[in-house]
Amino acid sequence: MNSDIIIPLLAAAVQSGTPILYATLGEIFTERSGILNLGVEGIMITGALSGFLVAYFTGNPMLAFVIAGIAGSCAASIHGLVCLVFQGNQVVSGLALTILGLGFADYFGTPFIGMSAPGFSTLEVPLLSAIPVVGPIFFNQDLLVYFTYFIPVLMWFFFYYTRYGLSLRAAGEYPAAATAAGLNVVAYRWLGVLVGGFSMGLGGAYLSLAYTHLWTNNLTAGRGWIAVALVIFAFWKPGRAVFGAYLFGGIMAMQLRLQASGTQIPSSLLLMLPYALTVGVLVFSSWWRGKTDEPAALGVNIEPAE
Amino acid sequence: MLPIRIVKRQEPLGWSSCFVLMGAIILSLLLSGFLLLIGGTSPVDGIIVLFKGAFGSQFAFEDALLKATPIFLCSLGVAIAFRLQVWNIGAEGQFALGAVGATWMALSFPDAPAYLILPAMIAMAAVAGGIWGLIPAILRQKLKTNEIIVTLMMNYIAILILDYLVYGIWKDPASFGFPMTSEFSNAAIVGKIGNSNFSWGLLHCAVLGTCLWVFLGFTRIGFEIKAAGDNVRAARYAGIPYDRLVMLVMIISGALAGWAGFLEASSTVNRLQPSIMSGYGYTAIVVAWLARLNPFFIGIAAFMLAALRVGVEALQLDLQIPAAFGGIIEGLILLTVLAGGLFSQYRFVLRRGKRE
Repeated sequence: MNSDIIIPLLAAAVQSGTPILYATLGEIFTERSGILNLGVEGIMITGALSGFLVAYFTGNPMLAFVIAGIAGSCAASIHGLVCLVFQGNQVVSGLALTILGLGFADYFGTPFIGMSAPGFSTLEVPLLSAIPVVGPIFFNQDLLVYFTYFIPVLMWFFFYYTRYGLSLRAAGEYPAAATAAGLNVVAYRWLGVLVGGFSMGLGGAYLSLAYTHLWTNNLTAGRGWIAVALVIFAFWKPGRAVFGAYLFGGIMAMQLRLQASGTQIPSSLLLMLPYALTVGVLVFSSWWRGKTDEPAALGVNIEPAE
Repeated sequence: MLPIRIVKRQEPLGWSSCFVLMGAIILSLLLSGFLLLIGGTSPVDGIIVLFKGAFGSQFAFEDALLKATPIFLCSLGVAIAFRLQVWNIGAEGQFALGAVGATWMALSFPDAPAYLILPAMIAMAAVAGGIWGLIPAILRQKLKTNEIIVTLMMNYIAILILDYLVYGIWKDPASFGFPMTSEFSNAAIVGKIGNSNFSWGLLHCAVLGTCLWVFLGFTRIGFEIKAAGDNVRAARYAGIPYDRLVMLVMIISGALAGWAGFLEASSTVNRLQPSIMSGYGYTAIVVAWLARLNPFFIGIAAFMLAALRVGVEALQLDLQIPAAFGGIIEGLILLTVLAGGLFSQYRFVLRRGKRE
């Protein structure tokens, strides 16, 4: 194979992986605080629609991107309300949020199907994009991709080198001890839910603002669930999430290219690839049993004090 | 500080929880009405059309029963898995493979008589659905792989298998390019009871529901499932074979959803086509949770949510509301009911004495 095929494919892998990366990082942030949010798919599509609508009506993609994040936080706050205030089951609440979010986006998005909105386009980084191989793959992308190069580093620094990050992890590991140490565990879990939801909303907005520039139904197509799986694959570590997201981006980019090349393989079998790979990746991570940072109190509610 | 104290209930709330349920449903309808308003439809008109469409005619009642059949069977399967704390989100995919299995039999033996072909279709549907349930169970017990995501991903895969077959080797040459198989032979179709408009599928539901109720309530394995669901570690300590129990339950769960897929293909559309996948497997999760995993209440809840779907179709016809609105109502009902659970678990007591 020659580099004329490989390099564009890898660049496409980074682009396709970016929405999944935003969502995965968001879910890692939420899960580290002890809250399991299975509503990623619903939150992403809410962010995708909000971003699209704001860009469509204001013509300002950057504003649209930020609003999509806020919409993601709002959607996630429903999960926070049910689990942190009303003590609801976290698994079922997340599923319900996904059902709600997909319905919400279909309901409000149907009039806009096929319409396009201003979004982000490629923005070459001077000097860096001239580096052979690495340049065209990583530094000839849009602005939203460049953001994701910093977020994992910031998250890692926050988790391991700040007091607040330590407290957030304590809320996820051992809430009883954290409470005894004087931390407001519920507040840290709210932080996890809202910040995580913000990032999931951004991931959705990447799809409508940079990946397609237009609105279609079912834009997320299971990417939210892939993100939940990638959190496990990444052993709850932000750095490993980058690798996992680009792996899936690569598979999706390859699948599109194969379809466009008029291959004999039926399209339904090609579409199956990312989902089958998700199962494969999960089986691999449970078989490998590396050093995981899975929060000990993940999915366990905090009983209200008497 | 609010002058209210939260105290955990010693006994779960009894009949009063009905009021919590009613309150949750009313709240979610109010919120749905608010969303209708934002979308530019009068919420009063919307709710009236929804209720008239759902309960206002003989046809609506028959249609709701028809839709309740697959939801009920899928939900029974989901409930028995949830009872064991196994999160089977895969009813949708198990349903799809059940329909595929049944269709395979119907297309392979077009000349077989009904007393042979129908049992063969049911058996193949149950086996296909059961295998689709067993795979995540084995992965969960042997490797501790997260069953929520595996079952969910297998939904996508199963639906694509169905698509692959009806767009490819099973496509009816006489269908003018539409993705569907040829119509089943008369023998392979589950018909209506007598001259009524009710399918024999209702009887399947009654029998399977009763069997499951007896199985859970009056057999040793049923008792073990309930005990292990309440406390896995204690159950293991008591010598209950938990791993095998999980696999058995997931096979039953998948087989029930597969049976629903068989009924949908054979009784409702008389062939296999992609449109049979309308999210019954996800609605089944809402139903199971609303019914607190009780087979009898699942029957009622399945009918209610099927009626809701019929009402949403009326909304679509009369007021051009997208069908997705049903998803909004379902999601809201589930969320409010979950939140309402707080009132069943805790009491609210006024603080006595000095306020802080």
